[in-house]
Amino acid sequence: MCTYDTETVDIEGSAKGPAGWFAVTRAAVYVDHPHHAPFGHTLNIDFADPAQGPAARVAVELTEEAARALMAAIEAALDNAPAGLASASAAV
Amino acid sequence: MSDAIRAETVYVGDEKIQAYQARPLDAWRDGALLPGVVVIHHLPGYDDATKEMVRRFAVNGYLAICPNLFWREAPGASPDDASAFVRGQGGIPDEQIIGDVRIAADALRALDGHNGKVGVIGYCSGGRQALLVATALPLDAAVDCYGAFALEPPPAASGLKMTSIKDRLGDLGCPVLGLFGDDDKNPAPAEVDRLAAILAEHGKQFERHSYEGAGHGFFATDRPGYRPQAAVDGWRRVFAFFDRHLGGKRLEV
Repeated sequence: MCTYDTETVDIEGSAKGPAGWFAVTRAAVYVDHPHHAPFGHTLNIDFADPAQGPAARVAVELTEEAARALMAAIEAALDNAPAGLASASAAV
Repeated sequence: MSDAIRAETVYVGDEKIQAYQARPLDAWRDGALLPGVVVIHHLPGYDDATKEMVRRFAVNGYLAICPNLFWREAPGASPDDASAFVRGQGGIPDEQIIGDVRIAADALRALDGHNGKVGVIGYCSGGRQALLVATALPLDAAVDCYGAFALEPPPAASGLKMTSIKDRLGDLGCPVLGLFGDDDKNPAPAEVDRLAAILAEHGKQFERHSYEGAGHGFFATDRPGYRPQAAVDGWRRVFAFFDRHLGGKRLEV
């Protein structure tokens, strides 16, 4: 099945694509057919800057288990670091 | 007669829309007039697997073309980048799809050796779009391969621009072949039942086959959902349907 369901979120940070590092402004998250991963469906994330065109994108295709493990790892990494250390408003 | 084909990227219409075209190289020089088929690619884009389908039609005696429906939004982008970009923008508006398929069909009609008939076939999101364009354009046959959201729009959370085409189905101007998988959830067999009932109410010709053990995308040889038995029988039915309604004939050597 095609889900067509897409969650999008504004983000702030950088990603490294084929042309090098670029600032990313939006992430699209969806469960649908992957382009490359050998599964029927995967959790797909596109980190992108639409203003720079379609190629300004870093894509990942993860199994459900991998996606949930990644979410837990992100939570753990943020919890283990001093609160607010990676915040956009943190003093540097 | 030769079974050689010519397959290449072309740019069609006044706006030079990118398309992939394949046609028998010289069958028409022997006086054989050939039908045309517009192939509508799936949501993952104008990709290698879709181009292979275009060549398959040419090998089987058809003038075939697949317009890159993402060209206007993402010219020059790789198929997966273009697909992601378009998805992020909410997809392609229906009227734009109708316009680009019209351009592709007109390009076929302008080719040497065309017999005046044009069919359309679409896979996945393209299945719905094959139905859509058959309600709006002068076409001679349409094949819907597991198109979802024909009757109801996708959930609002999807952010996609596609709408229900239920109210357009009375305008359908040609016979339709629908190929589906029993295990597909989108479209589920119940949705296909409703589509069949609505087309019957309108007196439309709808030939429908659903395959046991097959889900969505069973024609896609590069994906785990490929089901050889369903795909082989599906291709047989596609060519039988187009041959009957478009006047197709196999190339003979």
